[in-house]
Amino acid sequence: MTDPVTPTELLIVTIARLLHGVRHVAVGASSPIPGAGALLERALSNGATRVSVLGSRRHNAFTNGGVELFDLAAQGRVDAFFLGGGQIDGHANINLVGVDGYPQSPVRWPGSFGSAYLYHLIPRVILFREEHTRRVFVPRVEFISAAGPRDDGVYRPGGPHALLTGLCLFAFDKTTRRFSLQSVHPGHSVEEVRDQTGFDFDVPAAPVPLTPGPEDATLALMRSRILDEIGETYPNFAQGWRGTQKVAVGAA
Amino acid sequence: MTSINNLLDLRALAAKVPDGAKLAVAKDESGVAMAVTRELVRRGVRGLHLVTVPVGGLQADVLIGAGCVTTLESSGVTLSEFGTGPCFSRAVKTAAITLKDATCPAIYAGLQAAQKGLPFLPLRGIIGSDLLAHRDDWRVIDNPFAAAGEVDRIVAIAAIRPDVALFHAPLADRFGNVFIGRQRELMLLAHASRQTLVTVEQIVEGNLLDDDARSGATIPALYIEAIAPAPRGAWPLNYGDAYPIDTAWMQAYVRMARSADGFADAMAQWLVGDDARKPLVEARLGATAAVTADATAEATAGASA
Repeated sequence: MTDPVTPTELLIVTIARLLHGVRHVAVGASSPIPGAGALLERALSNGATRVSVLGSRRHNAFTNGGVELFDLAAQGRVDAFFLGGGQIDGHANINLVGVDGYPQSPVRWPGSFGSAYLYHLIPRVILFREEHTRRVFVPRVEFISAAGPRDDGVYRPGGPHALLTGLCLFAFDKTTRRFSLQSVHPGHSVEEVRDQTGFDFDVPAAPVPLTPGPEDATLALMRSRILDEIGETYPNFAQGWRGTQKVAVGAA
Repeated sequence: MTSINNLLDLRALAAKVPDGAKLAVAKDESGVAMAVTRELVRRGVRGLHLVTVPVGGLQADVLIGAGCVTTLESSGVTLSEFGTGPCFSRAVKTAAITLKDATCPAIYAGLQAAQKGLPFLPLRGIIGSDLLAHRDDWRVIDNPFAAAGEVDRIVAIAAIRPDVALFHAPLADRFGNVFIGRQRELMLLAHASRQTLVTVEQIVEGNLLDDDARSGATIPALYIEAIAPAPRGAWPLNYGDAYPIDTAWMQAYVRMARSADGFADAMAQWLVGDDARKPLVEARLGATAAVTADATAEATAGASA
């Protein structure tokens, strides 16, 4: 018997599923869970999915400096990427700058990084934020670091594909420009998602499925090879992941 | 060509950064000249327009906290797993610095324009971002080559021409050539800046340009104003695989720098004496707030550096 799947492992396998069929996925800074998901999809696809993990020496083949990711993206040579947000709204605008005023922000976050550019250019941007509260998912972001799709005639082959949180998975429809609930993680409910989301979203008429966990073989792969691979870039994350497994083993 | 005369000590290298300079610095993975940053703070450099290429970390936070920075041009300031830069957050709150919030490729594009001697370089994306409204050196223009009847708006990014580029590299030779390995953005930094100051782990014998395995990853002396040897010169940050980040120092710094007094105490300890690499001694128990998981650190998840 395999140990119970942890919430982190559920997020990792869900990210791998969202990357299915992707030729090249890049992973930005401070992104251990997206990085693990990308490396898992690479393993499951027998290397058909190429992965570039920023900050990694072993899982990043760029040799033209920091500009290379942005050049590749503008050429359409990066299919998927991840962005977070201190605030994300129902039109998929994201705020990485701060709240309660700009530039003198009482609550200031690090900054916009590459978001303002990459969001336009990478077709399958997966929004990822574990904290699922009305503080994060707001009706309207207070500062737009990167704008969601809109009808402004601007060249925009890229944009949001999905939003994965600690409670659920949404898809984003670029035509209606709305999120729709795809699945809810085990232990959570549609009502809870509604309560904790500050924007309106679509809910299918049929019962919303539970987010499926990994098969046993996939889980074993995650806990061996993927854990080692992501540990090169994120040693503390890997250590924490190992720790939760030990707890699970001890409890069994 | 630079000669051995341009091999300086850390203090003399720091003296080459004038007050009021537009100073461009490298991101953590590329090589941060922390040892010379200590000398800059010691000297009390003032009025810097700091350009982080493209993001900043401990170095930016320290320079801001010490009052060295007037303008910050950056795509993000973060101490990554140690959280948000406490001095950066405080300076934003109190409007102690002027912000030029950027996005990573725009900083590279500005430097590339300077490298080519151009007034600007156009870039995709960005339109729709509130960043644009706060940058008078970014302008939306029409693509002059768009098909007839089509409008294709694109963003012109004004050239960024730093007075001084400052970074840390693995090797230099006695001819003034600097080996950078895979960190190609250091080449861009040197090409775009009026003067380039470098600290290196090691000075090697021979000429780096004579070695084909290294010459392609070497900045020729043509671009280098001066070099200072600085073994472990990125400490307390890690430097590639050469040495790890000093976790205890970073944790202590983040806790102390939460308050202006605590930051001053940290600086007093860091700046005194010949040995920079000593542990920070924190104030008595309870004097500084415990570090909690910072929501702002999480907010950056997935943002590109």
